[in-house]
Amino acid sequence: MMNANTTPVPTPGEDFMAAGEAGQELAVEQVSDAETPDRWWQVIWSSRKARVGVIILAIYVLVAVFAPLIAPHDPLDGSFEPLAGPSSTNWLGTTTSGQDIASQLIYGTRISLLVGLFGGLFATVIATVIGLISGYAEGTLLDDGLSFLTNVFLVIPVFPLIITLVAYSEVRGLWLIVGVVAITSWAGAARAKRSQIITLRNRDFVTAAKFSGEGTWRIVFREIMPNMSSLVLASFVGAATGAIAAEAGLAALGLGDSRSVSWGTMLYQSNAQGAIAQGLWLWVFVPGLVLAILMTATTFINFGVDLLSNPHLREDA
Amino acid sequence: MTYFARKFGFFLATLWAVVTLNFLIPRLQPGDPAEIMVKRMAGKDAALDQAQVEAMRAMLGTPTDSLWHQYLSYLGELIHGNFGLSYTYYPFPVTEVIAQAFWWTIVLVTVAQVLSFVGGVVLGAYAAWRRNSRFDSVVTLGSTFLGTLQVFWVSLLLLYVFGYSLGWFPTSGGYEEATPGWNWPFIQEAISHSFLPAFALLIVTPIGWILGMRNTMIMNLGEDYIRLAKAKGLPDRDVALKYAARNALLPSVTGFALALGGVLGGAILVETVFDYPGLGRLMGEAVEQKDYPLLQALMLLTTVGVLVANLAADLLYGVLDPRARRAE
Repeated sequence: MMNANTTPVPTPGEDFMAAGEAGQELAVEQVSDAETPDRWWQVIWSSRKARVGVIILAIYVLVAVFAPLIAPHDPLDGSFEPLAGPSSTNWLGTTTSGQDIASQLIYGTRISLLVGLFGGLFATVIATVIGLISGYAEGTLLDDGLSFLTNVFLVIPVFPLIITLVAYSEVRGLWLIVGVVAITSWAGAARAKRSQIITLRNRDFVTAAKFSGEGTWRIVFREIMPNMSSLVLASFVGAATGAIAAEAGLAALGLGDSRSVSWGTMLYQSNAQGAIAQGLWLWVFVPGLVLAILMTATTFINFGVDLLSNPHLREDA
Repeated sequence: MTYFARKFGFFLATLWAVVTLNFLIPRLQPGDPAEIMVKRMAGKDAALDQAQVEAMRAMLGTPTDSLWHQYLSYLGELIHGNFGLSYTYYPFPVTEVIAQAFWWTIVLVTVAQVLSFVGGVVLGAYAAWRRNSRFDSVVTLGSTFLGTLQVFWVSLLLLYVFGYSLGWFPTSGGYEEATPGWNWPFIQEAISHSFLPAFALLIVTPIGWILGMRNTMIMNLGEDYIRLAKAKGLPDRDVALKYAARNALLPSVTGFALALGGVLGGAILVETVFDYPGLGRLMGEAVEQKDYPLLQALMLLTTVGVLVANLAADLLYGVLDPRARRAE
């Protein structure tokens, strides 16, 4: 095993990632560095873009966690004067039904982050399992089947498929959106992982693991996968960004979770109530802006993650 | 030749998979899909209209039959181009409703796709050529930011600024009073109505092209043949355009078809905001009105469109790059 000098059984978290990153570097460069390689979070932090992204994301997480403390009002409380401009009670004014826009904005952070976290997580799990198994079994019938499935999901336009699936379902909850986003958006990442494991599966440490009698499942997920953890992390961040965008798009079409307020449902409401024609531009402007900033932050973080898998990029970070 | 045969085989297999998926999606829910759909359309408490249930069954196949028989009759209807009647535009058949909207979206999406491809590739190539310059960072960061914007939101902002505040462009629809057809007043109106929707799509789509082109171009610029070209004393312009950019363009050709799916998805949101009479607005409407026959047909049409584009791109790639034919 290549990363035998680190923790023998990698625990999720720092050691796990560091082991993967060290293995990655060896795999790519074929030379072992005498110095200790940077920890994965040091590499990400070394990129200025990623630093900005991490800080912005941290602020969003704080806002989401402490939403009840920060938000001045209940987001669904319609007891204010409708169509009011910004004031000390309603920082960003009110909607046509007298709800506080600022509070809706603050609570909406929760939905986007939840969908991003779980949608990204589930999509990554699907992509990893399918990509790794397919690549490890390269050339077999199993690989042919899984590759075909991947290619089919790659060509089906994701957003039309998502809204079709949601349109057919009885309940319009948050978990439905998470599930639908996950099962529709894993294909690209699965293909990337398949090609990566193909380059790794004939290496000596895999052969050694085979000879020591380890099972296939263990070889794929415990021996090989830690060596591609940066790719897994990158695809998680990418999938999370996609999930956030998909939720916003769904909700903007009126297909969101009807019991909670998200930035997408705010856009839907403002469009449906003719906010634009009435000149209520704040109602439209702020949800899209916070959404764009969040997605830029996650994209920036992925610039940093790219440095993990491609050391050549590190020079000009 | 096997390359082309394989690509065509994949196209047929995917087409089959997509058609089958389209058959399965409405049947994933428990119970009689026809009754559920009619009930949902009419509201939970309303009595079932048997005529509507029958119409639904005609589209879905008789649920008492085995799944296999339903599948066969579904394929039969499909081959005859029979997609049933639209609920929203009752009693017009789905095919007629779609035919009316078809060209609006084709023109809109083609213009947006081609302009963003050309613009993105040119900007990406230039950014790679001037790597780490100010131009490079402005383009990379700028397109990253624009690419994260929600297209629905961009449309609303454009509508607010250029539609309502400045009044430069019409705020909804596809045309005003002219009779649709090949006459100048209509074409003028159609162009002014489609300007903002196309612009909204254009703002958010080039990110993939810019970054993709920039990265492959940077990779190509590190190759020996570039060094040789420079050593031969070729002018920079030729090295950049005829050598590096030409080769870096290849991967973007396959990306073209896959990006089409994204643009079509964006068109749903954009057309909804601008009330543009195309397929995207129709799909948004079909979802909202639970017009399942229309939704089914649109989903199938969209997917098949992307599939065909994908096949075309694959075939073109095979012609352009002999290595692709030999590889695999």
